[in-house]
Amino acid sequence: MWPGWMSNPVFGIALTVIAYVASLRLQRRYPWLHPLFVTSGGIILLLVALRIPYEAYAAGGKVLEFFLGPATVALGVPLYRQFRRMKRDLTAILAGVTVGSATGIVVAGLSASLFGASQELVRSMLPKSVTTPISLELARDLGGVPELAAVLTVLTGLFGSMFGPALLRRCGVRDDLPLGIAIGTAAHGIGTARLIRESESQGAASSLAMALAGIVTSVLAVLVRYGI
Amino acid sequence: MTGFAILMAFLLAGHVIREWWGVPLPANVIGMILFIAALGLRLVKLETVEKAADFLLRHMMLFFAPVIVGVVAFFPLIGREAPAFFGGLVVSAVAVLLVTGWTARALAGKSAAASGGYPARAAEEAQNAPEDGRGGTAM
Repeated sequence: MWPGWMSNPVFGIALTVIAYVASLRLQRRYPWLHPLFVTSGGIILLLVALRIPYEAYAAGGKVLEFFLGPATVALGVPLYRQFRRMKRDLTAILAGVTVGSATGIVVAGLSASLFGASQELVRSMLPKSVTTPISLELARDLGGVPELAAVLTVLTGLFGSMFGPALLRRCGVRDDLPLGIAIGTAAHGIGTARLIRESESQGAASSLAMALAGIVTSVLAVLVRYGI
Repeated sequence: MTGFAILMAFLLAGHVIREWWGVPLPANVIGMILFIAALGLRLVKLETVEKAADFLLRHMMLFFAPVIVGVVAFFPLIGREAPAFFGGLVVSAVAVLLVTGWTARALAGKSAAASGGYPARAAEEAQNAPEDGRGGTAM
């Protein structure tokens, strides 16, 4: 059907890596351009424009996706680093992350249902506050659609990163610790990336909360699975 | 490369444990938990894994870009359910932000007075974390 070189994984891998590097460079010139949208959007447009079948691209895409596995394990590094520094605030951190993660699952499920979402969408929406590689897997386990969960997760991260800090300050959350914890729990790595640029101590709290929220939400998702 | 090998070993352990013992957590999360335990028990030294971990975290976006590309197949569903998709997203994001922030603030209040904020080293560490400002950080 399509030429051999295209169904070889090299095609999808090369295309993605090139698009990724190009989007990082573009962002250096236009800081408001989010590299993830440029990378994914660019690839989507190219596939559609040249009528390249998705399966041809996915052969390589799957190879790159594989690295989400070791990358998730690697999240242990920032967690361990920040944990050693923030032991004294452990109660506040754990309580914030746990209550926040539970709120995320419950409110995401309820609000999506109230807005009339299908089961498929509701189940993909439950884990959307945690870092993408974990939310993907949780959505799969919960009977949702991993791709939908990934997009919801990224959009949640962007939303939290753009509006979160201002919203929190307006609502009386001004200290570095609670603010960082809230952003890390709600907006995972995308929120953390923004905080690190603005305040190191907020970024530290946020990256700890992001990794913890991944673990806590995974455990809560088990309860949801056996509860539903 | 040693760091990468260690991360892979923990990921593999996560998969094995999930399958053999039926632990209902995602394999990558099981791997991460074991890995954190190993760091805490000093079975694995931070310096050995740091480089590989920071590289993977910095470029995590590259690894899930293909998943985002796969969403094309679900555009009709998103179009059909746009109000729920965006409504649920915003409502729950706001709820998580506020509930987490308020809970952490209520409990951190007591210790913050005593500690006077953060040890400077936390800040230092944050810089070592996957930083690379221009948007590489894990998501």
